Amino acid sequence: MSPSGAEVLRQIKSRIDEVDPAVVREQVTNGAVVVDVREAEEWSTGHIPGAKHVPKSYLESRIEGAAPDRSQHVILYCQSGNRSAWAARTLIDDLGYEFVESMTGGITLWKDRGYDVEQPRAMTAEQRERYSRHLLLPEVGVDGQQKLLDAKVLLLGAGGLGSPAALYLAAAGVGTLGIVDDDEVDLSNLQRQVIHSSERIGMPKVDSAEQTITALNPDVSVNKYPVRIGPDNIMDILPGYDIVVDGLDNFPTRYLLNDASVRLKIPVVSAAILGFEGQLSVFKPYDGPCYRCLFPVPPPAELAPSCGANGVLGVLPGTMGLLQATEVIKLILGEGEPLVGRLLMYDALAARVSEVKVRRDPECPICSREPEEISDEELGVFPDYEAFCAGAH
Amino acid sequence: MATIRIPPVLRPSVGGEKELTADGGSVGEILRSVATTHPETESQLFAADGGLNRYVNVYLNDEDVRVLDGLDTSVGASDTLVILPAMAGGAN
Repeated sequence: MSPSGAEVLRQIKSRIDEVDPAVVREQVTNGAVVVDVREAEEWSTGHIPGAKHVPKSYLESRIEGAAPDRSQHVILYCQSGNRSAWAARTLIDDLGYEFVESMTGGITLWKDRGYDVEQPRAMTAEQRERYSRHLLLPEVGVDGQQKLLDAKVLLLGAGGLGSPAALYLAAAGVGTLGIVDDDEVDLSNLQRQVIHSSERIGMPKVDSAEQTITALNPDVSVNKYPVRIGPDNIMDILPGYDIVVDGLDNFPTRYLLNDASVRLKIPVVSAAILGFEGQLSVFKPYDGPCYRCLFPVPPPAELAPSCGANGVLGVLPGTMGLLQATEVIKLILGEGEPLVGRLLMYDALAARVSEVKVRRDPECPICSREPEEISDEELGVFPDYEAFCAGAH
Repeated sequence: MATIRIPPVLRPSVGGEKELTADGGSVGEILRSVATTHPETESQLFAADGGLNRYVNVYLNDEDVRVLDGLDTSVGASDTLVILPAMAGGAN
């Protein structure tokens, strides 16, 4: 006769190592990976601070996201200590983990001892469904999705680059999107500015963008700024945002944005496009170079053509805007290698991506100084500012 | 011969080419050679003092020549020089 479930559990517990909550509490700070193997609803009622969540039903497929190294110390727990014992056996026997323990008494005993419990923020059932493909990724998960929902991203322009970036950031659940644009939707925009539509020609772009975003994802709140960003308003708009997406079409404003963002220590995900080619970089103040480190002075007006005059392949700002959105999400999640200190160049016709290194300039007039030393009067100024603007307009 | 990648804004000055090749053992020699063959690039690449214009970045493969030896940086036949002026353009 086959043994009962209770008998099998007894046998398993005799073969694996069990550990008391008091020891787990110490081990958490000693580098052990603590994994909660309960179901999502149980996890949401509170878990051990710093624990990772891998439901037992997904253990085999997802444990590597929480504990990629099979030799590292892994402590499993559940509600009472039984499911974690089964899970420990799976990790040891089936997956080859070398140092696995199961916590005695589970979270129930942990709580009885009066130890700290972290209460995850509640996500609605609809949010769990909407973001389910994010929640499946170990690099995002519930914590990462919550970071996205809490994030505030400012888009300068709801045009070629801002349209695709805003769409995907909204879809991803970035909770607050600020949009700065004083323009109205024009028929000639629609070849690339996919957040707008034919029936909205003549409507302010901020209103059109808000309609699309709200229809796509009601979790996102939109802050509209129907203005042209400039020295008179930049220090009113930027504070409070976590990241700025820059799709600006002129150099004076790029320098202004750079100086203000360095002063406020806000990373800028910057892209530029022309014809069939694009550039992309992330300027993260004091972690990497700023825009002035890369381009200390702007080119003369004849070498700085605007897109309107030169044309742009409609899909190109889509590609570049989505690369910007990707960098934004990486920064919010703190995952991957952000494009800091690197400039990516994309040649659509050649289907070629290349990159060059961008160094911090130790003599940069802006980011070599402390943020509080940068005065209002200095923002956006460069040597030939007046001459440049006269030539550019 | 080293390869030189020409950015969109300079292409009208080099007959529309995206890439050129030029002889020379250093960054300066190669860029001078480009300026000699395509005189319109002279004032775009070089400042009045003969140095590189500050608004033009030049990379040997992926490294800014300013952190190497500037115009004196040696260039091998299999190297690529990337000329990169600032681009703005996006929103509208």
